[in-house]
Amino acid sequence: MQHSTTYIVGFSIVVCVVCALFVASAEVSLRPLKELNARLDKQKNILSVAGLMQPGEDLDAEQIRVLFENSIQPRMIDLSTGEEDVSIDPTSFDQRAAARDPARSRRASSNPSKILRVPNQALIYEVIKNDEITSIIIPIEGYGLWSVLYGYLALAPDMRTILGITYYDQKETAGLGGEVENPNWKAKWVGRKAFDERGRVKIAVRKGPAGPPDKDPYGVDGLSGATITSRGVTNMLQFWLGGEGFGPYLSRLRDANAGA
Amino acid sequence: MATTQRDVLLDPLINNNPIAFQVLGLCSALAVTTKMSTALVMALAVMAVTALSNTAISLIRNLIPPSIRIIVQLTIIASLVIITDQILQAFVYDISKQLTVFVGLIITNCIIMGRAEAFAMQNPPGLSFIDGLGNGIGYGAVLMAVAFMRELFGSGKLFGITILPLTTEGGWYQPNGLMLLAPAAFFLIGCLIWGLRSWKPEQIEEDFHVGALLEPGHEGSVR
Repeated sequence: MQHSTTYIVGFSIVVCVVCALFVASAEVSLRPLKELNARLDKQKNILSVAGLMQPGEDLDAEQIRVLFENSIQPRMIDLSTGEEDVSIDPTSFDQRAAARDPARSRRASSNPSKILRVPNQALIYEVIKNDEITSIIIPIEGYGLWSVLYGYLALAPDMRTILGITYYDQKETAGLGGEVENPNWKAKWVGRKAFDERGRVKIAVRKGPAGPPDKDPYGVDGLSGATITSRGVTNMLQFWLGGEGFGPYLSRLRDANAGA
Repeated sequence: MATTQRDVLLDPLINNNPIAFQVLGLCSALAVTTKMSTALVMALAVMAVTALSNTAISLIRNLIPPSIRIIVQLTIIASLVIITDQILQAFVYDISKQLTVFVGLIITNCIIMGRAEAFAMQNPPGLSFIDGLGNGIGYGAVLMAVAFMRELFGSGKLFGITILPLTTEGGWYQPNGLMLLAPAAFFLIGCLIWGLRSWKPEQIEEDFHVGALLEPGHEGSVR
């Protein structure tokens, strides 16, 4: 069967338009459900990095909401002063949107995590148990190999010891860089020190295995086959724990603890 | 060639299984079979995509200009895969996170292109739908069999429920770590093909020689 060029071009346009219509309507109609799932997943990650949910444990949406409301206290922090900023409602705060808005963010100095803008305010979470803060959870993000990795880091009340790390959104190579989501690797972070005694950021992902926590308190096993992702994790921690990130806030808390 | 609906549906299960006989779709079969739950969702996703792409392509098979037929098939398949991925993200978010890129990679699964080109382009929509469904089930059956062995012996569980209590959790079963790695799927699929061909000797390729791999019918066979 011979077809004219006009027919072939017309046919392909019709096929493309019909397919695009189907894809677009699926995307639009399922968006609310997907956004709800992403929000739940974020809360689940915060609960798991806080140690309130074990890996593999499955809670339904209602249980997660209750657990989150009872033990997690969101707070807005002014990054440059390190003080709490009560003028912003944490429930509606979107850090990615804030970092894009010139009025609410500033340019970051050149950094290997390829973070271009830092928001003026950021959302952190306090984990409360029996009216005491047992942990502070800060958001971290930065470039790995293919994608920006988004996650959370939990610090103990001494503001030096790491209680957990988690990534909830990343597009690294599955099985290599994607192993940042592996519970066994995440468990290796617990008890390592993020800062030395003088408050300098020392934590780094090693190439190959790290020493035991008493010999190598600032090191974590590298992910084999994922050098660039591992380096990305180190870079983003250096950035967000440092002066442009949560450094002022964390050192203020450390000083308050030392004074008490 | 099978012509009745029953044959078209049941043929791909044993006699003409896409993985065991046609040796297609191995890439994803290695990746998603460490757990029964991910294997089941993947099997259902592939089943939906093969059945619907076969139907859609068969419906317009007389309108598709032969010179652009492959790209048209691919456009339809890719759209169906994106929609499937969206549905998984909306309804089974956790499993879709575990399947990562492999749902997207259904596009490159040779079973789907293969059935579209070999069957749906020549047969009416009803029969094409059944052929797609049958091949999806054939693929899914192998996936489930491999996942059953890997999850049971690799982590002592089936669908996440403990069957063999592990030594690390106070039980008696020492899990076989190899089962959780991709090569285990190769061994299991190899044993499955061996078993199937001992049972049905007519599946053994006659005069098999290395050159056969280069013949047109075998293109892309390791994908």
